[in-house]
Amino acid sequence: MREPLRIGNAQGFWGDAPDAPARLLSQQPSLDYLTLDYLAEVSLSIMAQQRKRNPEAGYAADFVEVVRSLAPFWRNGSKVRVITNAGGLNPKACAEACALALREAGCEGLRIGVVTGDDVLATLRAQCDGADPELFRNLETGASIRTVLDDLETANAYLGARPVVEALERGADIVVAGRLSDPTLVTAPCIHHFGWAWDDYNRIAAATVAGHIIECGAQVSGGIATRWLDFPDMADVGFPFVEMRADGSCCVTKPEGTGGCVSEETVKEQLLYEIGDPAQYLSPDVCVSLMTTRVQQEGPNRVSVLGVRGSAPPSTYKVSATHRDGFWAQGMLTLFGRDVVKKARRCGEIVLERMRRAGYAPERSQVECIGAGAVVPGVFDEPELLETVLRIGVADPRREVVERFSRELAPLVTAGPQGVTGFSAGRPRVQAVFGYWPCLIEKNEVTPVVEVIEI
Amino acid sequence: MNTAPATETTFRVRLGELAHGRSGDKGASANVSVIAYTRAGYEFLAQALTPESVETFLEPLGLTGVVRYDLPTLNAFNFVLHGVLAGGGSRSLRVDAQGKALGQALLELELPIGEGLLPLCRRADTDKGE
Repeated sequence: MREPLRIGNAQGFWGDAPDAPARLLSQQPSLDYLTLDYLAEVSLSIMAQQRKRNPEAGYAADFVEVVRSLAPFWRNGSKVRVITNAGGLNPKACAEACALALREAGCEGLRIGVVTGDDVLATLRAQCDGADPELFRNLETGASIRTVLDDLETANAYLGARPVVEALERGADIVVAGRLSDPTLVTAPCIHHFGWAWDDYNRIAAATVAGHIIECGAQVSGGIATRWLDFPDMADVGFPFVEMRADGSCCVTKPEGTGGCVSEETVKEQLLYEIGDPAQYLSPDVCVSLMTTRVQQEGPNRVSVLGVRGSAPPSTYKVSATHRDGFWAQGMLTLFGRDVVKKARRCGEIVLERMRRAGYAPERSQVECIGAGAVVPGVFDEPELLETVLRIGVADPRREVVERFSRELAPLVTAGPQGVTGFSAGRPRVQAVFGYWPCLIEKNEVTPVVEVIEI
Repeated sequence: MNTAPATETTFRVRLGELAHGRSGDKGASANVSVIAYTRAGYEFLAQALTPESVETFLEPLGLTGVVRYDLPTLNAFNFVLHGVLAGGGSRSLRVDAQGKALGQALLELELPIGEGLLPLCRRADTDKGE
């Protein structure tokens, strides 16, 4: 078995550096796989709005541009395979748009695998009418799904590696999926390449951890690190890749000559990023324990991750559902001068008072003075300031209330205190709020489907 | 029980001198990793950085509970801060709705430490990552 298997990540979220995939591949032509993660918890609710306006939309359109940017590599003989969840709510439309782009770019002969079946909205709706009140309870709050049933917007199960492995076995050069458990982008190519059994839990757990470490892109190569300020050339930060060995151990690194830093510190920080109980990190294919994991610097920008243990996964998939939850807007105003925080707070009170007097009292509101301890309110003593940024947020089920707010900020430019400045961003934009509803679904209720498109 | 010699001077040290970390959101909760720079620092923090001390420090944020998980092979702790995000990423009106800044905030926490122990817990000057 050829090793190591090199798997990179060049997109940590929807909106990450658009040139990163092509850049990573030109810096590291030996990559076997490029993984691109586009989906955060409520991303699919945004895609749902796009699909309402256009039935052919509902995916990360940026990915089609990424595919276009990778076409020259494939034309020149690159064998790199791409795995992504960019398909969002509409993987087929995404794949068809990619197929068109590849045909235009002269990449005949490539195959695109399309993974669907993660969308369980219809199942949720159908089963909620049944007798079992336990079904689809909110994992965090314990609330019954019936409280949001009429407002459900999306519901997608985090699929595991099996359908992605199937697509790779059928020769897919690009795998376009919707909701997948994020580390699956890395576990699937490992299982496919090394031929691990589905109950080889220690190795699948190790690959899951490798996937977790690189799924946020530059966050492991210097981004958001405690020592960020000390790292060289973050303007050309290298995106990470893992060198996976057949025994499941891996080395995290980045291309030579790129900026940033992969160190024991950056790898440990990312290893524990957004983790709950480290003895029970659940994914669709394995339950991971980090309790025996070791992290070891092997050389400059090379860090090994060893000793990950795994056990059998749960019988359920996690579902990320979203529901409509009213509207919100935020506005900001810069103030300068003596007693500036008092003045800013008074401005906030005036805006809310004017809304009340007009009969538009918002259900929820927040007035913050940035610079005066707004980020972690109350934890630190308020410093003496000469300048602050007033930030007001309001939320309400009624759109017209939030629209009223968006018109109440500008009048402070002339009616507020001396030293109000920096109101150049225009009226606050009214935005829909989507609540996040994590719940579980039995695996036998979900049927992943794989199709392959020939270019 | 205080095991330090009665004569030893005690300093107040910023957690960030002994450890690094990072925070992120988990729905309406958040987690903060605290990773000691040395083994001695890990053992000191295992005693000194209790879930109660973290809860007291961040209490103004309205959290509903703190759980500490210990990871001795990594010299690290994972603190899960329940209910700290005032509704969470999609609902909170706070500027830090996703708890991105909680790691930096916690590293500002000051702890009492004995004079003799402090040098053993601080980060070594050599930068292994470069």
